[in-house]
Amino acid sequence: MTFFSDTTISFRREIGPTLRSWYYILFGLVQPLLYLALFVPLLGNVPGPDGASPLQWFVPGMVVMLVLFTTVSCGWSLTEELMSGSFERLLATPMSRPAIMVGRALKELAPLLVQALILIIVATPFGLVLHPLPMLLGLAMLMLFGVGVASLSYALAIASKHDGSLFYLVSHSVALPMMLLGGVLLPMTNAPGWLYVASRFNPLTYLVEAERALFSGDLASLPVLSGVLVAALVAALGLTVGVSQIRKASL
Amino acid sequence: MIHARDLARTFKTKAGSVEAVRGLSLDVAEGELVAFLGPNGAGKSTALRMLTTLLPPSSGSASVGGHDVVSDPAAVRRQIGYVGQGTGSGPYHRVRDELVSQGRAQRMSTMAARKRADEMLGMLELDGLADRPCASLSGGQKRRLDVALGLMHTPPILFLDEPSTGLDPHSRANLWDHIARLREASGMTIFLTTHYLDEADTMAERVMVIDHGVMIADDTPARLKADLAGDTIHIRLLCNDQLSHAAEIARNLPDAREATAQGRDLAVTLRDGEAVLPEFIRRLHQSGIEAMSARVVRPTLDDVFLGLTGRSLREAVSA
Ligand SMILES: Nc1ncnc2c1ncn2[C@@H]1O[C@H](COP(=O)(O)OP(=O)(O)OP(=O)(O)O)[C@@H](O)[C@H]1O
Ligand SMILES: [Mg+2]
Repeated sequence: MTFFSDTTISFRREIGPTLRSWYYILFGLVQPLLYLALFVPLLGNVPGPDGASPLQWFVPGMVVMLVLFTTVSCGWSLTEELMSGSFERLLATPMSRPAIMVGRALKELAPLLVQALILIIVATPFGLVLHPLPMLLGLAMLMLFGVGVASLSYALAIASKHDGSLFYLVSHSVALPMMLLGGVLLPMTNAPGWLYVASRFNPLTYLVEAERALFSGDLASLPVLSGVLVAALVAALGLTVGVSQIRKASL
Repeated sequence: MIHARDLARTFKTKAGSVEAVRGLSLDVAEGELVAFLGPNGAGKSTALRMLTTLLPPSSGSASVGGHDVVSDPAAVRRQIGYVGQGTGSGPYHRVRDELVSQGRAQRMSTMAARKRADEMLGMLELDGLADRPCASLSGGQKRRLDVALGLMHTPPILFLDEPSTGLDPHSRANLWDHIARLREASGMTIFLTTHYLDEADTMAERVMVIDHGVMIADDTPARLKADLAGDTIHIRLLCNDQLSHAAEIARNLPDAREATAQGRDLAVTLRDGEAVLPEFIRRLHQSGIEAMSARVVRPTLDDVFLGLTGRSLREAVSA
């Protein structure tokens, strides 16, 4: 129970400044439209899965990419507070440590959720078929995954001790191959054998597959089950590593 | 309320390891107000951060409010308030929002936190700044906000790491006034660090002098000054040819420690200058020595530090 109320406290603290910056909100709303404007024309003669619109295949991939890239680098925002002493102030309170992290991660994820919803709604007239329940489930699964990645990112920020270049080096050398190997932009089925095998060891692959299944309205399927499982595992791993890093944050 | 035994912390840095705190043992009873006094780098903040569960000790043990800081940090955190040496408020957050979220984090209801936030804003003279982002506050205003954040929930045990640094004299006086009043009303135990000698002297019931990570003295300011520094009686004689005789009389005074003579001036250090002065002058008079002027100089905590380490805290602080 305290976990949930502490998460709310942490989330509300962090979201405050975001909600007050109008340019952030404006930019956030325009961004998904921009993606679609730059993307949809390219899809002209790309065939979609089973005769469906190619958007059914691309939009879920794009949403996964958005979540991955935002959460993987969000740890850096902690550095300022780590150095100033305001994070220490929170750590001296009885707040649950995982809740502090989850609240922060949700603050990063909330705008993404809104963007994803806009993306879905705007893509509908261009041929995206709506499956409200599975799609919402897909977004929830992504939030879970995002919490895990964000927590790992916070852990990395603590471990890299204010060294920004180290932080970006590590986070991007993890995120970029993960994205390419996850079949976010191009299907892995066309990959040479070794690459395909490598992609099966990438957790993102399962997430992308699950997301695509859900966006096609496939609720009860093996990819969905694997995706949810992977998201839960990443979340559990992220929180464990994050909490242990906080404990070691003896700067 | 606060107990530490052989508490130690070593930091590993690229340039070698730093023994920040080396075998610190201390006891603070419920309701006491104690101050850590020591130069930069003495280990004050490190010790405080171990007691507040923010930093795991390298060795030794400590308990705060009856709970071990290592094995039960959550229980310790439920009992304490902490104002760190750094800036506690987030730069992009608004002043009132930070106070309210701090209250919520300390398990206050939203209603109570809002009410208390407004009280704190008034108490630390931050009214009018409530809706500003914390980054836009002046240094002293930020520091007052830090203290307000620490006092939101009136904890039974309060740790303050240099709370008054950067405050103007009026704000300092105001701050101590409120802390004294809070303490009277709630009986909280207060553990603070400070660089201001006068502050430790007037505010703290007990001063722990710390240097190079070890505690070198622990007593009331009055006793520290009496035992480790003592009063000095300065006497100016009418004729300088009687100086050596006068110095001998001075050395035979009760509790006299050392007497120095120069020209017509004589200085003698002893435990209680005011009480001894009349007797001193009477004895001089009996030996036919007349004093032109006399004064008693009371010691400061700096003299205590000087007596203990051979260094002045004033130099150490400004260095
Ligand atoms: N994270 C750290 N890594 C390495 N060394 C550290 C770290 N924190 C503190 N130290 C070192 O430990 C020693 C004690 O530092 P500490 O901050 O406890 O001093 P202090 O008494 O609070 O000083 P000040 O009056 O300047 O605040 C110093 O030599 C400092 O350089
Ligand atoms: Mg300090």
